[in-house]
Amino acid sequence: MSTTNATKEISFVREEMLPEMPAPSSVVGPVAWIRSSLFSSPGNSILTIASALLLLWIMPPLYNFLIGNAVFIAEDGAACRVEGAGACWAFIWSRMDFFIYGFFPAEEQWRVNIAFALGLVLIVPLMWPELPFKVVNALAFFVGYPIIVFILLSGGMFGLTEVPTVNWGGLTVTLIIGLVGIVTSLPLGIVLALGRQSKMPVIKSVCVMFIELWRAVPLITVLFMASVMLPLFVPVGVSVDKLLRALVGVSLFSAAYMAEVVRGGLQALPRGQYEAAGALGLNYWKSMSFIILPQALKHVIPGIVNSFIALFKDTSLVSIVGIFDLLNTVQASNSDLNWASEQQAVTGYIFAAAVFWVFCFSMSRYSIYMEHRLHTGHKR
Amino acid sequence: MADIEARQKSPPKTSFWNDPKIRGLFYQFVVMGALAAFAIFIALNTAANLARQGKTTGFEFFFSTAGFDIFFTLIPYSRASFYWEAFLVGLLNTLLVSAIGIVIATFLGFFLGIARLSPNWIVARIATVYVEIIRNIPLLLQLFFWYFAVLKTLPGVRQSLEFAGGTILNQRGLYLARPLPDDNFTFVIWAFLIAIVAWLVVKAWAKRRLESTGKRFPVAWTFLVLVVFLPAITWLTTGANVAFEYPELSGFNFVGGIELPPEFVALLLGLSLYTAAFIGETVRAGILAVDHGQTEAAQSLGFRDGDRLRLVVIPQAMRVIVPPLTSQYLNLTKNSSLAAAIGYPELVSVFLGTTLNQTGRAIEVVFITMLVYLTLSLVTSVFMNWYNARVALVER
Repeated sequence: MSTTNATKEISFVREEMLPEMPAPSSVVGPVAWIRSSLFSSPGNSILTIASALLLLWIMPPLYNFLIGNAVFIAEDGAACRVEGAGACWAFIWSRMDFFIYGFFPAEEQWRVNIAFALGLVLIVPLMWPELPFKVVNALAFFVGYPIIVFILLSGGMFGLTEVPTVNWGGLTVTLIIGLVGIVTSLPLGIVLALGRQSKMPVIKSVCVMFIELWRAVPLITVLFMASVMLPLFVPVGVSVDKLLRALVGVSLFSAAYMAEVVRGGLQALPRGQYEAAGALGLNYWKSMSFIILPQALKHVIPGIVNSFIALFKDTSLVSIVGIFDLLNTVQASNSDLNWASEQQAVTGYIFAAAVFWVFCFSMSRYSIYMEHRLHTGHKR
Repeated sequence: MADIEARQKSPPKTSFWNDPKIRGLFYQFVVMGALAAFAIFIALNTAANLARQGKTTGFEFFFSTAGFDIFFTLIPYSRASFYWEAFLVGLLNTLLVSAIGIVIATFLGFFLGIARLSPNWIVARIATVYVEIIRNIPLLLQLFFWYFAVLKTLPGVRQSLEFAGGTILNQRGLYLARPLPDDNFTFVIWAFLIAIVAWLVVKAWAKRRLESTGKRFPVAWTFLVLVVFLPAITWLTTGANVAFEYPELSGFNFVGGIELPPEFVALLLGLSLYTAAFIGETVRAGILAVDHGQTEAAQSLGFRDGDRLRLVVIPQAMRVIVPPLTSQYLNLTKNSSLAAAIGYPELVSVFLGTTLNQTGRAIEVVFITMLVYLTLSLVTSVFMNWYNARVALVER
């Protein structure tokens, strides 16, 4: 009896869990966040205040220029010439057709629209990992689509009137150069990278020389070369289309960069993979296409997308050799006297920059997304 | 035994056309043949095209009079100079803008890379927004922006913007004061050089003493004393003087001082701001590549904070940073060729543009231009290989 009593006295066993205490306010909550990420030390506080002042100095004028005082609707440049007016968006809007289609005849612009729509229909399922039929889809986009776009835009068959490439322009040409560059540079780059890894001395040195030569020179010299030397290289009497010359230059140039990216992936693969493929009795092409390349390309998807981004930005250089890409159409419109005002050039450049930025930034986000998705556990 | 050895020596019997060696030789012959045929095809076509256009080839045009003006030259050049002088002017202008651009881009890039990793939320956000905006917009567009939208819309000569130190900015360009040191100033320069050498000697001695006795010597203070005070004292005692020549408004333009044309300023701005974004990413990746365990290990070994950064973190980060950094430098140099679009007279603009147009020697001009860039690129990669070999991890 006494023992039970004694037990009762000294032991206290809690039947239920204690309620959770809120974390101390110095660790969680907005105040703690402000303390730790903005004012953690005197130096940091000074930095925070300086940055806040910088933002206060930049942001209001920027907002006023882009939105607050901007001219959205106007008949001509008179509204933009007013003292203190912001960006002249009405100018962009009035020249929008030129920025998108260049000199493409107005009554034929539906063909460009169809090409855009078809591209969208093909590329969305290609980039959506859950959807099936990837191989068919990829073939359709990378092989079928360029051919269809070419027939659709240049015409001259199936009852379509012919539109010479001189009339192509604007965003259309920018996207065409980007697409052709991507479609040709990836396979060419893979072949060059494999050639560079080859054990045959002649093939290896040819590939090394090709890659290093293109990578050493700026794209603009390649484009100059394509525009002044390519016409000399073809048989007498054959003329090479101006757009085609630029396309050849851009493709060869980006193929060299792609080759180095792919080589990085090939070198990152452990030797065991090559040996295992050999031990299974696969020949060169089979071991490459079933064992090596799928893994190597997966490794370097971010690098490949980065070269695509670089290529897309580089398409703007064709304006120097006289092709009316997006940048060149903007540049040409900036001297449009109808809309002449102080902010005309700035507005034009901001518009072009926004278009390029949207494409490049979404490509880089997509590559980060794919990188996370394909990360199937070889993280060190 | 002998039987096995014999079998090991003689390769397994395969048919002649399945032998990998013979196949390899065959493929290489095919590739060589195809390339040779292609080269001959191009050479014949080129010869035929040139003959049809009545053009000659050769490099003798280098020694004929150029006959065009260049508004920004580092060496004496005039309309009557030869083409090789024009070529040299272009090359020097390329190197000038690249060298200055590399310095600015490196400082800004390191600042950006560190800022993106800063624990300070607002600083990291600003750096991120800068990097993401700048590197997703074509450089050519940025150059157009700086040149046509910013510098060309600046006020005219009469309403120039004036800054401290006699700096003047207007539509015609940027004007800086030109320092004019007198003869005695050479003593100051000598004192500076001697101070640097003395500091290096002290540093080596302090390192040896630290390693043998563990006693520290205030190297940083020595540096300050030597490099600041020694030249300063020399300056005062020798009575050296630096006069400044300020740009003055005379007639319709500013004269005197250092005159930088707007093309140069736009190119420099565009190139450095653009490349800095990429360098920032390189630096960030390099710092992130150093495992946090390295910092902890250094702390548990009792390193001071400064020593930890200097001896453990930075050397390992630099190993990751330097190779992509050199290729960013090379990119900046190659990108300076975009100046052709805004009219800064660098190599591509002067040589591949004007000279090619005037002489019509397409093949020679393109060949030489490519050779210049190829040389720059080879020099860079030689340096990169040397550095890589020097800092490579010594593994098993």
